[in-house]
Amino acid sequence: MIDPATSSELAAATAPAPEAEEPIVVVENLVKYYPIYGGILRRKIGDVKAVDDVSFEINRGEVFGLVGESGCGKSTLGRTLVRLIPPTSGKATLNGKDIFSRKGDDLKKFRRQMQIIFQDPVGSLNPRMPVSEIIGEGLLAQGDKENGWGNRKVRDKRVGDYLDAVGLRRDYARRYPHEFSGGQRQRIGIARALALAPQIVICDEPVSALDVSIQSQILNLLLDLRAEFDLTYLFVAHNLSVIQYISDRVGVMYLGTMVEVAGVDEIYSNPRHPYTIALLSAVPEPNPRIRKRRIVLKGDVPSPAAPPSGCRFHTRCWLREQLGRPESCETTIPVLREIAGGHRVACHFAETVTPEAAAEAAHIVVPVALAVEGVAAEAPLAAIAGADVEETESDIAETAAASSSATDRGTDSQADGSATSDSGSDASASGSGRPPADNLPN
Amino acid sequence: MACATPSIHTVAGGERVTDTIARPEARAGHTAGPLLDVRDLQVHFHVMDGTVKAVDGVSFSINPGETLGIVGESGCGKSVTALTIMRLLSSPPAEIVDGSEVIFQGRNLLALDDESMRKVRGNDIAMVFQEPMTSLNPVLTIGDQIAEAIQLHLAFSKREAWNKAIESIRQVGINNPERRVKQYPHEMSGGMRQRVMIAMALSCDPDLIIADEPTTALDVTIQAQILDLIRKVQDETGAALMLITHDLGVVAETVHDVVVMYAGRVVERGTVDEVLLAPKHPYTEGLLESTPSKGKRGQRLNVIKGTVANPFNLSPGCNFTPRCPYAFEPCPVHDPRIEDANPPDVACWLYSRAPGQPPPQRQRPILPPLEANR
Amino acid sequence: MDPIQATHVEGITQTGGVVEAGGPTTDFEVSLESLNQRQLAWRRFKRNRLALIGSSIFLFMVAVAILGPVLLPYDRLDITAVKKPGGNPPSLESIKTIFGTDNLGRSVLVLTVNGARLSMLIGVMTTIIAVSIGVTIGGIAGFFGGWADGVLMRLVDLVLAVPFLFIVLVAARFFGGGDPIIIILIFGLLAWPGLARLVRAMFLSLREQDFVLAARAVGVSNSRIIFKHMLPNAIGPIVVSASLLVAGTIVLEAFVSFLNFGVRATDVSWGNALSNSQGTLVQGNWWWAFFPGMAIALTVIAINFMGDGMRDALDPYSRGR
Repeated sequence: MIDPATSSELAAATAPAPEAEEPIVVVENLVKYYPIYGGILRRKIGDVKAVDDVSFEINRGEVFGLVGESGCGKSTLGRTLVRLIPPTSGKATLNGKDIFSRKGDDLKKFRRQMQIIFQDPVGSLNPRMPVSEIIGEGLLAQGDKENGWGNRKVRDKRVGDYLDAVGLRRDYARRYPHEFSGGQRQRIGIARALALAPQIVICDEPVSALDVSIQSQILNLLLDLRAEFDLTYLFVAHNLSVIQYISDRVGVMYLGTMVEVAGVDEIYSNPRHPYTIALLSAVPEPNPRIRKRRIVLKGDVPSPAAPPSGCRFHTRCWLREQLGRPESCETTIPVLREIAGGHRVACHFAETVTPEAAAEAAHIVVPVALAVEGVAAEAPLAAIAGADVEETESDIAETAAASSSATDRGTDSQADGSATSDSGSDASASGSGRPPADNLPN
Repeated sequence: MACATPSIHTVAGGERVTDTIARPEARAGHTAGPLLDVRDLQVHFHVMDGTVKAVDGVSFSINPGETLGIVGESGCGKSVTALTIMRLLSSPPAEIVDGSEVIFQGRNLLALDDESMRKVRGNDIAMVFQEPMTSLNPVLTIGDQIAEAIQLHLAFSKREAWNKAIESIRQVGINNPERRVKQYPHEMSGGMRQRVMIAMALSCDPDLIIADEPTTALDVTIQAQILDLIRKVQDETGAALMLITHDLGVVAETVHDVVVMYAGRVVERGTVDEVLLAPKHPYTEGLLESTPSKGKRGQRLNVIKGTVANPFNLSPGCNFTPRCPYAFEPCPVHDPRIEDANPPDVACWLYSRAPGQPPPQRQRPILPPLEANR
Repeated sequence: MDPIQATHVEGITQTGGVVEAGGPTTDFEVSLESLNQRQLAWRRFKRNRLALIGSSIFLFMVAVAILGPVLLPYDRLDITAVKKPGGNPPSLESIKTIFGTDNLGRSVLVLTVNGARLSMLIGVMTTIIAVSIGVTIGGIAGFFGGWADGVLMRLVDLVLAVPFLFIVLVAARFFGGGDPIIIILIFGLLAWPGLARLVRAMFLSLREQDFVLAARAVGVSNSRIIFKHMLPNAIGPIVVSASLLVAGTIVLEAFVSFLNFGVRATDVSWGNALSNSQGTLVQGNWWWAFFPGMAIALTVIAINFMGDGMRDALDPYSRGR
């Protein structure tokens, strides 16, 4: 374990994912049900199946992105692994040693190895404690003869070191949480998690409550810290772009089950589970000239208290419709099975998922501003996954950076009405004129 | 003319539908001139520690049937702007500074008395909020809530209002509207509640809909449904839409024009193409670049350094200076106002000449022609 | 959106208090002096005029209770000659006749001042007992949940089922014949359930807060979580409840003593004074009842203002403002 006292400046950029795939955490058949009580006698009438038989592993040094929509159980999963929530059944190991059966002092020692960062920058810090105590509390609780954390001076120095490491000033230790912004509070939360020098950190939606411009700061910080302290992350989020940027491998969850696991490039360019495909297609791209092919799922997510039989996704699955509603979708729970190197899917018909099939299920989303014939994206599956975007992203970069000797905008009147500003002489660069709107692409 | 009404529940097995929404000038019957014209809006809040200029001289306009996206992060004043247009702020502590004007269909909303304003709200301008749970009354059925507005504004009888409510719910794509109309908000999911909010907004056929972060609280697949719905609504009703969001992807799909706000001011405006593909203001650039995506994998994300300006302690000059990678001499001294730029599309000394300063450093970036893109 | 709520400008943290996180938090650096929550609450309290008025009156009453009997000791033999039945009306002859006398010739001023001590003592001591028991039981029930919660809440139900007034009236007389200590004990033992429920509710919700989970995740012991994380964040409603309990007990004591089931006749309390004055009130001898009654009213109002002020200071968003 690296002692931060000897650390200097932060390492650059992201460290590449390790070559050797060595699982550090292995989860087997994890189940977490919350009982529902009702009736006059308050007997148990059912279960909220928050996590239902999930198995996967996390490799040393990697960022495992866990993505899914609300109610899919990803947060519950993360919290169960750090022993904040007792599991209903299942097994998990850290470095080969069982996690769930530990008690007492053993459990306390385990907590040093696995930590968690929370989503809410406001609720995750006790408003009545100064920062030094927030970060130092864990050290105090875990102090022993070996590490000397019981000693106040040792603690204070360590707290200062970690404040440094997360980019805050040391003298902030005296201050209280309400004096900090959201991004800074998140950094304090990160320092708290890292102070115990854990091997693996569960990041439970750490940037979801932050503004976009602050998100990137924190994401960069997390990657730097991974390199510096040799960490492994389980990164839970619902924002697909964030997951795509930061993860090495990705797991997609739906209604308590893991439906697909693969390397990040693989899963974004070649998704195989119908839900993953629909999910990826739903993300809006910040490019108004992209016509996206989007699969819009029917209806809402079913309640985890009454999940559909067999495959959880079958009630909304477009592939099932295409295949004429085969029975196995309803009757048999699909197993997470490997269909290519390292790519696992939980679908009976994963082999029949082709770009054409998905394209047929999609409808083309044309941005409101785009009403030009000939601007079509008859694109393969990759377009749905967003690979198309990559090409245009470089276009954006070029355009934005361009400060070449282009002509100044004149005051051409637009073909179709005034612009948003009141002063009337808005101009568009030549070439982006708008054709009459009667033209419809098909 | 737009094509067949798209169904939101598009499923493989036949129907490929295309949505094309054009600039509504092509439609017949729209008068010239903006529907909504906000001029030099200034809203100050007087709180315990001082005065905050939440909105500091914002101007924009929306033409009938068009969509305007207002983009900015939290604290930039976009929600306050919307609430001011609807006159939903209570003063004190809010103060709408003299000289601000909100001209809607020829009338200044800020000068209307309460009674007249109430006739406008819901009827001519409707609002959709971010949190559907807290915006819906938990003890009334959704039918009651929609019918209430209808009865109030359109003077329908109870039965007629109820029927229209059912129609509105059907229009937003909720199945079994006859049954749903009797349900309570807590019996519905977040996406469905948002649809109800949109139905409520539509029920009196408003000319302008203001949507304040309507999809921020929703999952991405539900967001896709709601964005579809919004596009469909725009197409069918011809209402203008003012969409407030911080999500640039939502903006790209749904709006014609964009206004970017920072610290209570407009810093950039233009068509959605211009702002997203050829951004001028460093803040807009920074927002686009710091959005994570696959294309940036393996590199450090560009960040906008620093934190949002402290609204109690705004320094002279451009508010963005401490965070701007291109700040130079005029920036901390002179305040760039977008109205003073020529053309008035960006508030930045990179493109305008500050008093007593050398000529601007940058040319405005050129939008690549459409044919070049796929 | 509720227009009142809309004035909570997005992202602006007012000094102190916790901003409700309803979306992205604004990122700016507020450079205040480093005040902790307690100091911020005190600042807010000081700005509340009603609270300051209430506090002054209350402190005045406390001063009266402490110093009064020293300056104007109660001597049952210290009697002024009674000129008419029902006592002498207030006159400016001497300090002791300022509030008049009762039918025995005792100075009402002396009675009021001495009564302050006993009445307020009963109020404060009862509250201390009730808070100690209530916080402990409520805290254990809320923190541990499970069967401990079940058992303790049934105990609460049991105590609440006791016919309060009946017990008080009978027991006070029966066990000790009006001895104030017995009265304090009885009041205290019957008043704690309300606080227990309050504390339990607060602990139940605090238990799920992220910062408590974070403390558990780093291995902090249960006792430290209770004392350093949960109690300090629950202290607001407890303090407010306690202050209102003091006021309530003072009134209760007056009520019970008025009925002659409270403190014994040889002691002086506000309730006592009121009780004996009831008869002559009809005949127009207002001063005997008025002054002690006024003292009770003022004290209770003062405590209520203080309680309001404390609640606003400790939890400024509770009013929805």
